[in-house]
Amino acid sequence: MSGVRVLVGTQKCAFVLTSDGNRQRWELSSPHFVGWEIYHLKGSIADPNRLYASQYNSWFGQLIQRSNDGGETWEPVGNRFVLEGAIGNYEGYDGTPQAWEFKRIWHLEPSLTDPDTIYAGAEDAALFRSTDGGQNWQELRGLRAHHSARRWQPGRTAMCLHTILLDPNNVRRLFIAVMAAGVFRTDDAGETWCPINRGLKSQYIADPNAEVGHCVHSIKMHHTRPRVLFMQKHWDVMRSDNAGESWQEVSGNLPSDFGFAIDVHAHEPETIYVVPIKSESEHFPPEGKLRVYRSRTGGYEWEPLTKGLPQNDCYANVLREAMGVDSLDPCGVYFGTTGGEVYASADGGDTWMLIAQRLPPVHSVEVQTLP
Amino acid sequence: MIRLILPGQLRALARVGSEVELRVEGQATQRSVLDALEAQYPVLRGTLRDYVSKRRRPHLRFFACQEDLSHEPADAPLPHPVASGAEPLIVVAAVAGG
Repeated sequence: MSGVRVLVGTQKCAFVLTSDGNRQRWELSSPHFVGWEIYHLKGSIADPNRLYASQYNSWFGQLIQRSNDGGETWEPVGNRFVLEGAIGNYEGYDGTPQAWEFKRIWHLEPSLTDPDTIYAGAEDAALFRSTDGGQNWQELRGLRAHHSARRWQPGRTAMCLHTILLDPNNVRRLFIAVMAAGVFRTDDAGETWCPINRGLKSQYIADPNAEVGHCVHSIKMHHTRPRVLFMQKHWDVMRSDNAGESWQEVSGNLPSDFGFAIDVHAHEPETIYVVPIKSESEHFPPEGKLRVYRSRTGGYEWEPLTKGLPQNDCYANVLREAMGVDSLDPCGVYFGTTGGEVYASADGGDTWMLIAQRLPPVHSVEVQTLP
Repeated sequence: MIRLILPGQLRALARVGSEVELRVEGQATQRSVLDALEAQYPVLRGTLRDYVSKRRRPHLRFFACQEDLSHEPADAPLPHPVASGAEPLIVVAAVAGG
């Protein structure tokens, strides 16, 4: 029988949750990497037992861990992330040039076809790639060489590359997002990049329609339609039907279009999920009600999904990496909260169950569907 | 042999006990001790000092003989009791709540 593995990165360690295909009974692993922040962990589609984890703390810096047995055991691999060529500057909080430096890895994105090839998104914003299972890392320098890079500015948290999407139909096309610069696309495997932010409007920057400066929180695509992108921006839920050439707002009737996480149903490319958050200063659900919103029309029209979710006194957040889907039928949907809870739905979001609680704040949730 | 005491998280990472013994070629300094440590336990590369600049990570301190040696030059000789193995060099992680 098929099964599901949910990879949970938290502020203090990582966990692996497993279930059979019914998704009713879940087993929580012992904590991995205790005492370390796990920004992200993700499995390879090409080899589901190959997992990677970004392990960090402020004492000892960055480590990358790799598992070849689905998270039973782990081994540290390469952690030498060196910025290539001229270091360059970006615009710091006080308006002065800040020299780029490597701080940590926010996001890991394994290749869709080769378990030994993996991309890593860094703070300060830079893109790295390994082709030997994470032992050695090289920067794809073209991104920081873009002429707009000196105008990128950090958000309150960081100036980091937090999202990487790989086009399943075109190995030379990648999409990345940088906080708080926006979305960029390469069509030549990372040699050159173009900002793809036309249509985004951000009232918190001097020119709301600027080429860069937009605080994009997350973008996702359905693997069968890689030209259609869905975005949760700081404020606004957006979509693009032309690989990011232009964007349109699809926030529709959401109670708040602020949020962090967004995802796409595994079998319905126009069914998308978000978790509305009240505002940039109040990072919890409106009215204290934890509601996932689902649109079956690619945006515009949204319905609240509440069955099994707390509908009062919920003041937790759902971070950008903390939502995922499985590819069973019906599609499973999962998310984790900064309150240390992980919720799962085995019916596309109609009903939810709590599958883990009292964990450290959840940074990331990635889901693997196992044969 | 130089005796080195690591913080608990690095002991777990390197799978070592409470104390590590290192053979250091030449004069015992912070740099030569860390070079020897990283050669013996490659998994610790980048965890005590920056990979490129080789600067000590800011939230770590080096203590020995009841003195804070953190701001000593990397090539300064370590105190004789450390060099002789009578006293350990201790790597201390900054205390943190939460």
